[in-house]
Order: sequence, then structure tokens, then C-alpha cells
Amino acid sequence: MLDTSANTGSPTDSVIHQLITATGTRVPDEVLAPFAAGVDNEQLLKLYQDMVVIRRIDFEATALQRQGQLALWPPMLGQEAAQIGSVRALVAEDFIFPTYRENGVAYCRGANLTGIMSTWRGSANTGWDPHEINMATPQIIIGAQTLHATGYAMGLTMEGKESLAIAYLGDGATSQGDVHEAMVFAASFQAPVIFFCQNNHWAISEPVGLQAHVPLAGRAPGYGIPSLRVDGNDVLAVLAATQWAAARARSGGGPSFIEAVTYRMGPHTTADDPTRYRETSELEEWRGKDPIARVRALLTNNGTLDAGAEAEVAAKADAVAAELRAGCIGMPDPEPMTLFDNVYTGEHAILDRQRDHYSRYLGGFAGAPAGNSSAEGKLS
Amino acid sequence: MSTLTLTQAINAGLRRAMDDDPKVVLLGEDIGTLGGVFRVTDGLMKDFGSHRVIDTPLAESAIIGTAVGLAYKGFRPVCEIQFDGFIYPGFDQIVSQVAKLHMRTHGQVRMPLTIRVPFGGGIGSPEHHSESPEAYFVHTSGLRVVSASNPQDAYTLLRQAIASDDPVLFFEPKRRYHSKGDVDLDADLALAPAMGAARVVSSGTDVTLVTYGPLVATALDAARAAADDGISVEVIDLRSLSPIDYGPLEESVRRTGRLVITHEASETLGLGAEIAAAMTERCFNYLEAAPVRITGFDIPYPPSKLEKHHLPDLDRMLDGVDRALGRPNSLTGLEG
Repeated sequence: MLDTSANTGSPTDSVIHQLITATGTRVPDEVLAPFAAGVDNEQLLKLYQDMVVIRRIDFEATALQRQGQLALWPPMLGQEAAQIGSVRALVAEDFIFPTYRENGVAYCRGANLTGIMSTWRGSANTGWDPHEINMATPQIIIGAQTLHATGYAMGLTMEGKESLAIAYLGDGATSQGDVHEAMVFAASFQAPVIFFCQNNHWAISEPVGLQAHVPLAGRAPGYGIPSLRVDGNDVLAVLAATQWAAARARSGGGPSFIEAVTYRMGPHTTADDPTRYRETSELEEWRGKDPIARVRALLTNNGTLDAGAEAEVAAKADAVAAELRAGCIGMPDPEPMTLFDNVYTGEHAILDRQRDHYSRYLGGFAGAPAGNSSAEGKLS
Repeated sequence: MSTLTLTQAINAGLRRAMDDDPKVVLLGEDIGTLGGVFRVTDGLMKDFGSHRVIDTPLAESAIIGTAVGLAYKGFRPVCEIQFDGFIYPGFDQIVSQVAKLHMRTHGQVRMPLTIRVPFGGGIGSPEHHSESPEAYFVHTSGLRVVSASNPQDAYTLLRQAIASDDPVLFFEPKRRYHSKGDVDLDADLALAPAMGAARVVSSGTDVTLVTYGPLVATALDAARAAADDGISVEVIDLRSLSPIDYGPLEESVRRTGRLVITHEASETLGLGAEIAAAMTERCFNYLEAAPVRITGFDIPYPPSKLEKHHLPDLDRMLDGVDRALGRPNSLTGLEG
């Protein structure tokens, strides 16, 4: 295992660890290298395919939102390496606590595409069973999930399990009290938890410099949590950093913090207009650091990604896109009476009365002429 | 008179308050450069500077908690909580500090905070973006709570809230943000209706329909629909939720004898429960029927595809009117 004493992330340490440059060149990094040693070209090709596929998911979902099929979509464009590198470093038993933007992670975990879309269509709060794929539902309350991950990890310790929990969070979340409390608890109880922070530089309109005057990775050491700052657009560096943290967690080393430095190429959500608050020159600068282009260049140059392989990747992306579209467009609206489901695990006299009453109320419209019921129509 | 949307009216109210008092400062997430996710604070950072229109880090507890410190120092902070469902990290500061400091300090420390909260549903949003948490704050002694239903009230109530030496929760009906109305920007605040005053927005004689915020417009639609059936509904806009101005309600119910209260928030211990109890105490001898509540159900806010079923609409309000009048309704045959 790596000696972490050199990586406790001085608050002013701005070194960004990297294994693949923006132009697709492999570079040495003594901190990360031991944790990327086992990744061969074929495995890198799989990571490439994952990134291409989730970018396609992102494009399709954005288009579906524009077409009115989704109520909202939080694009992950530009953050593919951060999502894929981290989730592919995990094993199935590891439990993931994501934010609302980790839809690529959810896909890799085996969440059903239609299920993922159901949340953004407004049809369901949850598109998968957290216990089935070991992944909690998308967290909208900024930072709340870091506490959940810490508690889950404390539970792993109590049960003597060699597993871990990982909390995804963003740069904005590092300002929330919950995140700081999570780091306090994680350190106090040496919980096997990874705080995986995607610094995508923007919390809606607020630049990361408003949240912190030091690299975000510098926050964790103050709590006694070792941290690493990596190029979040370098899938191999992210994978290695996550392996580093996972190895620490599995061997009783306690919590770790990773800052994956990336960039939100799209809007915060499809409801946002980033032209109001950021310069296009910044976007152009980051376009030159694209996470997919650099791996394509590397794999093309070393002969792994030939025309046949590229066609296979494209075919996979096409198939996923088709499945996503069909599932989304064909999704039935939820039945009205499901409103009352799952508020409690069992009976509740007051709610049961409201359910009965509403059922009866809706039934009163059954005989009414079509279009005469605003209960089935638009809100007034 | 100017014709403004509700957001423009709030923007104008903030602008006026900042012009009038250099101690008024705004704090919130994305309120500066972006102008707020609903553009309510559009242009204010440009005109007043980033020292008075403060884009804060993402921490609601800190937004409220630092506003408490600013108030200690003599400022008059106006906090924006981006969405209703995001207020809870700040709840502790509001309930434990903001609400109690005046009494705790024997009246020596005032907390003239205004906490603006876009609230309510009907805009097709994901979880935590459509809630109606007002009852928590009405239940908390030491806070004043208001909600505007139209641009003129938004402008006036906001200026009054900022001028108030008590902390005020200012609930903005986000699904009415784009509704337009005439606003008298130069009206003398001293001559405006008191911040706590309820208002009869449509006169009637058969049933009193009480609401606030986003459902005032729906209640007016319901009153018009009822009129087609020959039923005269009086609609009252509470405007203030704490304190509730019972005078106009009592006066109305003494004439109509029938009371319906409607809000988006859940039924149990919502405003409707308090109003029904208080009105029963105050007007028992005038009531011809039990007060009726038409509210959101006692459920967490549902996915947006289902929200039209959760939110009281015109038909559910009319069903409530029928119940109050003893006409055939959805409960006929169920209630003993």
C-alpha cells in the first residue's frame, strides 16, 4: 500500500496528479502509478467505451428534455472521466451515495436506463432499487449524502466487512455543514469512506473560488483525512486515485478525499443559462482538455483503437441511445392513486382516509364528459 | 402605475429598500452575477455592488447564521433561500436563533431579517423544489410570516418586511412569478395596508373561501365558476400568515356562515387547521357547517407527473364549497 504520508495534501498543494495528458500522452506519476499498473490497453478501451456511451446518454437526455420528454436534465458533459474512472475502480459490494449528476455512474452500476430517466421525466422519485445495485438515489440536497456514506461506512466497520462507501459531491457541496460534519465523523470513527469530489468549477453560477481559497483537496487533511488532487478529465488518473482510496478503506486505513479537477461543459441543468455568468474562452480552454479525446488519441496512436473497435464502440452507443429513447418516450404516466403509496410501511388512519376520499373524488369524474375534468388537466 | 410581473415587483421592492437604507444587504446563492435562478435579483449586483448583493457559498445555515451576525452589527439582511426545500439546513438558525434573540435579550437585540423563499408547486420540478413549508415557521413564535399573491402586494409586503424590526419569512408563490399586475412604485408605505392585513379579493355572500399565495388566483377562478352555478363565494387573501388577521374572516363568516380554507401544504397541522379552530372559537354561533379544508395530501411532495392530483385545483375547491353548503359532493354518504 502507498505510504500516504507524502500525500496528506497541504492546503496550498496545487499539484494535480495525472497519467494521461490532454493530448493523449502517458506520463509518469509516482503516487498514482502503483494503482494504475494493472490497467492494460484493452481495459483502457473499455473505459473509453464507457465514456463514449455515457456522453451519448447525456446528449440523448438533453435532446429529450428539449423535446418535452424530460422535465429536466443535469448534463454530465465533460465529467465522463471523473464518473467512469471512479465507478470502475469499485466492486459491486461497495455502496455509492451519488448526487443528481451521477447518471453515468448509475448506468455503469446497472441501473435501468428507463429507470434513470423516470426521475428526470417527473414520473418517479427513484429509478432503481438502492439495495439491488448498491447505489443510493440521486441526492438533490447538496452534501447530505456525505453523511449517509459515512454512516454506511461506520456500519461496515461495525460488521467487520472489508468494503467501503463512496460519496460523490461537487465543489459547491464542500461549503455545506453536512460535508464538514461527515469528514469529522469519518475521521473520528476511521470509517471506510471515500469522499469523491468532482470540482467542475461551477456551482450553478458560482465559481469554485467563491467556495474555497485553497484547493478543495486541502480541506480534508485538516480533519485528518488524506487527500489526492487528480486530473478529473484523466480517466486513468481518476481510476488510480479511487483505487488508492479504496485500498486504504479496505485495509482499515479509514477515510480518503479525492478532488477530481474537471469542468462542467454544459449548463447546471437544462433550465440554466451559463452564458450569463461565464466566458466562452474558459469553455474553449477546457474543450482542449476533453476526457474522451485524449484517450481516443492514446489508443489510436498505440494501435488499440482501430476502425473496427471504433465501430463497435459507436454501435454500443447507438444501441444505448435507442434503448433510452424508446424507454423514455414509451414511459406511462404514474397512476394517480400511487400518490399515497409508501409514505408509511403500513396503515396510517389519516392518510388512508385521504386516499379513500380522493379515490371517491376521482371516481366522481368517471361519468363526466371528456375534457370536463381539470383533475385530469392542466393546473389552473 | 407600472405593469410588472411578480418577479419584477420583488426586484423593484428590493431596489427601493436598498436605495432607502444603505444597511439593507442581500445574501443568497446565485443572486449576484446570475440574478437568481428566477432572476428576482437581476441587475442588483451591478447597480449596488457585490458588497451589498452577496453571492454566498452553498450553505443555507451560514446564509441565515451570518445574517444574524450582520443584524447584530446593525445591518438589515435580506436572505434568499433558492428553493423551499432547501431551507431546512437553515432551519436551526431560524428557529433557535432568529426567532428567539429578541426575547432572549430582553428586547435589546433586534433581528430585522427578511428571508425570501420561493415556495409551492405546479412548475414540474424535481424533489425539494415544490414544497410549502410555511406552517413550520407560523408555528415558531418570534417570526412573522407573509405571502404575496400579486405584484402590488409583493412590492408592498416586501418593503414592509424589510422595514420590520422583527424577522419576516417572505414566501413567494413561484408558479405565479410571471403573472402581471399594476404596481404603484411610488406609493407611500405609511398609507399602505398593514403588513398583517388580510384582504377580501372577491366579495360574496354564500361561502367564505380563505387562501394565500399561489392559490389566490385559483380561488378567484373557483369563485367565478361557482357564480355560474348561482353560488356567491367570497375570497379572502390572508397576505399575512403570522399573525393571521382574523377581522375580515370573522366579518365574512358572520355573513356567510360557511368557511373553506385551501392551501398547497399538507392538511395535518397546516394553516387550515389553525384557521378552522380559531374561527370555530370566534364564530361558533354563526357557522352553519363545519369548516372545510382543501389542501395538499399528507404526503411528501410527489413526482411532478402527479402534482396536479396533489395540489388543490378549481374542482377540488368547488367540491369544498359544495361540502360547506351541504350540496352533493365527494363525501356525500361517507360522513355521518
